Amino acid sequence: MTRPAGTLVRNTTAARINHWITAGCFILLLLSGLSMFHPMLFFLSNLFGGGQWTRAVHPWIGTVLLVSYLGLIVQFWRDNFWNRDDIAWMKAIDRVLVNQEEGVPEVGRFNAGQKFVFWSMALLVPVLFLTGLVIWEVYFGTYTSIEVQRTAVLIHSAAAIAAIIVWIIHVYAAIWVEGSVRAMTQGYVTPGWAYRHHRKWLRRLAASGSSGPTPGHDR
Amino acid sequence: MADLQAQDYIRISATTLTPPSTRRHEDQVAKLIDTSRCIGCKACQAACMEWNDLRQDIGHFEGSYENPMDLSPSVWTLMRFNEWEDEKGKLEWLIRKDGCMHCEDPGCLKACPAPGAIVQYANGIVDFISEHCIGCEYCVKGCPFDIPRISPVDHKSYKCTLCSDRVDVGLEPACVKACPTGAIMFGSKTDMQDWAGERVADLKSRGFENAGLYDPPGVGGTHVMYVLHHADKPSIYSGLPDHPHISFLVDFWKGVVKPLSLVGIAFAAIAGFFHWVIEGPNEVQPEDEVKARELLKAAEKSP
Repeated sequence: MTRPAGTLVRNTTAARINHWITAGCFILLLLSGLSMFHPMLFFLSNLFGGGQWTRAVHPWIGTVLLVSYLGLIVQFWRDNFWNRDDIAWMKAIDRVLVNQEEGVPEVGRFNAGQKFVFWSMALLVPVLFLTGLVIWEVYFGTYTSIEVQRTAVLIHSAAAIAAIIVWIIHVYAAIWVEGSVRAMTQGYVTPGWAYRHHRKWLRRLAASGSSGPTPGHDR
Repeated sequence: MADLQAQDYIRISATTLTPPSTRRHEDQVAKLIDTSRCIGCKACQAACMEWNDLRQDIGHFEGSYENPMDLSPSVWTLMRFNEWEDEKGKLEWLIRKDGCMHCEDPGCLKACPAPGAIVQYANGIVDFISEHCIGCEYCVKGCPFDIPRISPVDHKSYKCTLCSDRVDVGLEPACVKACPTGAIMFGSKTDMQDWAGERVADLKSRGFENAGLYDPPGVGGTHVMYVLHHADKPSIYSGLPDHPHISFLVDFWKGVVKPLSLVGIAFAAIAGFFHWVIEGPNEVQPEDEVKARELLKAAEKSP
């Protein structure tokens, strides 16, 4: 990707590809999963070739998503550690929500909201995968008791709804904070964007002379 | 069973609408299985295979009269044999014809996500409409009696239909027709309850003081009922549940998580939309770019 001069790399090409594979899987899982969850949404199963196909393909997409999300964890976990800045930022969330970011404590590459999304999914994706295996009748139907499967399907649906709500927050925040979508499609942000939303990250890049996404990393 | 029937539906899986319900003259039917009159001949099993054209693969002898050893997509009814000793050490051979109980409040139907894959007819029979089945196995989780079985060949769920095709045209189920001792009876549910009452009274007069009718209220009663000599402990009849009910987990899943989830998702989406309407996008200002450039320049100067 050609990057305009003077802009900063927010996400590497590998991270972006990885992100959009995950996103594609998530949307397919959301559509197929909801079709098997609520009668009013059963029509969504037509997108997958009917109920039988939906039931058959959903766990495979989930398997791809697990692998893909593990890739995201590997690429992003270092920048998602919780620290004091996050607590300070959370205390000023009321100002962030009304687009008044002057005076809001500076944060690094990710703010507390982004870290919440990251760690929520890091918890929910494995939970969904493991409970999904238990109810993957074709291959694993005989390994557990019916009572275990009842518990698994309940946890699976509750975790899925939690994941969908986290996903809505993630998508909306990306639309709301302008420049974020381009950061994940074309991969770059302007220095002003970094100054406004992630000033500590900008300072770190400036100090190391790096163009991002992490100091010492320049591509 | 295919979607060809002469009965109205009173319950349909995975639908938010009320099935056509103006006609309500239909008698509730029931099958009554009198364990005290059963001789374990398996004529019912053979008749079920014949009428429904089911052929289980030949398996292995497992040292039990039970054969095959479990229900399957092609075994919809099965004689279960249990040797039970009472408190005084007297041996009793308890034989029970296992199969779908046709619950008045069917857990399978409640759990099913495929519209119209499980239906209950006006006469009370619970039937699987195979064309609509998606093979998810939720019915297995919903069932308190461990009855439905998924075929690994066509990924559809199967169980006893109570011969809904025969009942539609005024015939009794095949197993009832074949039973040589009258241990399986079929008729209106009230008639079967009356007949069971006579049988229970007879058993009590002959020393089975705990004889009774198994028509468990936990699932709203069933359209397959048992006369048991030991109705105080149904579980001695090869694990017949003492107090069957739809699992709390299934009730919570379908009764609470399902409706609340859509509300939660809708709330999140609407909250996002109105945040946009009220506050609008968070845009980078020209002064942000100016200050960022100053910051970068300052960093370049100080090595």
